Amino acid sequence: MESRELVIVGAGPAGMAAALSAYRKGIKDILLLERDQYLGGILNQCIHPGFGLHHFKEDLTGPEYADRFIKEIEGIKGIEVSLKSFVVHLTGNKVLTYLKPGKLAEVKAKALIMATGCRERTREMVHIPGTRPAGIYPAGLAQKMINIEGWLPGKEVVIVGSGDIGLIMARRFTLEGARVKAVVEIQKESRGLIRNVAQCIEDFEIPLYFLHRILRIYGQDRVEKVTVENIETKESFDITCDTVLISVGLIPENDLVEMAGVELDKATNCPRSVEPIPGIFICGNAYKVYDLVDWVTRDSEKAGKMAAEYIKGLK
Amino acid sequence: MIKKLTCIECPKGCQLEVETDGSHVIRVTGNQCEKGVTYAQQEIEDPRRILTSTILTKGLAVKMLPVRTSVPIPKAKLKEAMDEVKKIRLSGPVEAGTVILRDLLDTGADLIATRRAG
Repeated sequence: MESRELVIVGAGPAGMAAALSAYRKGIKDILLLERDQYLGGILNQCIHPGFGLHHFKEDLTGPEYADRFIKEIEGIKGIEVSLKSFVVHLTGNKVLTYLKPGKLAEVKAKALIMATGCRERTREMVHIPGTRPAGIYPAGLAQKMINIEGWLPGKEVVIVGSGDIGLIMARRFTLEGARVKAVVEIQKESRGLIRNVAQCIEDFEIPLYFLHRILRIYGQDRVEKVTVENIETKESFDITCDTVLISVGLIPENDLVEMAGVELDKATNCPRSVEPIPGIFICGNAYKVYDLVDWVTRDSEKAGKMAAEYIKGLK
Repeated sequence: MIKKLTCIECPKGCQLEVETDGSHVIRVTGNQCEKGVTYAQQEIEDPRRILTSTILTKGLAVKMLPVRTSVPIPKAKLKEAMDEVKKIRLSGPVEAGTVILRDLLDTGADLIATRRAG
């Protein structure tokens, strides 16, 4: 079996920052596994600005923020990048099994950094009744469809939840010529950054309903309409639409560490510490859901340093 | 006249109270840094935004190339700018920062690639 000093799972902002930081601390045998065909993770689909104000003191788009790390990693021999590599198994003594085109590989690591990010909460998790037609997407998936694949998923859109991804997508759909007919938020204020309410919703005069919820989704093959209810007055009204975006939060993706024996917090799916098993570190959105990538970079650099110190302590 | 604005310069999102004479800013309160004052002046006199979008490529490894304007452009021109962006087809390789189109709609802003595409 192949063995490495440090294996990092995920090459988004967290994995890249951790890899560079561990390298700077003297670890020169790093394997960076990424399931996609590019480095950069979710930053590649976050084409809007607002990244890097703290870390780089500049206002960058997601791809630009990623590009700075990608360029640095590509120049370093001690960090081997393996793309299209999907980890399917992890043991508590740090043996990883991963799929890559044409092979199933195993690697044993002295230390391991899990930077696996989040997945989106879905319609099923917020219990919206109704039919199950085409046209209902998690907001981040719609973001990928537009910004990476170049498909516009719909023309008349209702967005459930006012998380940052939903707000950003309200603007993106509008700029692409679709009509965003409502953003419906059950709380009394937005879950997203207030500046996104200003520049994504107010700029385009998109109706934002607080203290409202979707009662039901209608449609046979395709979404046809939704019923929206004011949760205080119980008054309701219909909105015709062909698309419903779900933007109701993220869940840390920690299946692999759970497989390795780590107990996760039931409510949040987060690990209880950065190093739940000696030598296995968790960083980025897999550790906790962050608002800003700048803090992901800062904290993941710490995780990289901790992993480097752990490896040196073994010698 | 008092106008309420949310500063969009950073994620803090300061709630600004802007006193104006209708077209010019007299006084700004609620800001936590100097950027708030500059933002309020710009927003009252000539509101501008960075536009980001994607352009369709041909024969490159990345199907959609993300792009941005090099500087903010007038808010009123966002839609027209989107129409221009949609006309572009890219077939040659670019780096992040490569200029795709100079002086978009006479705004003085260049359209630049934000990602490498080979």
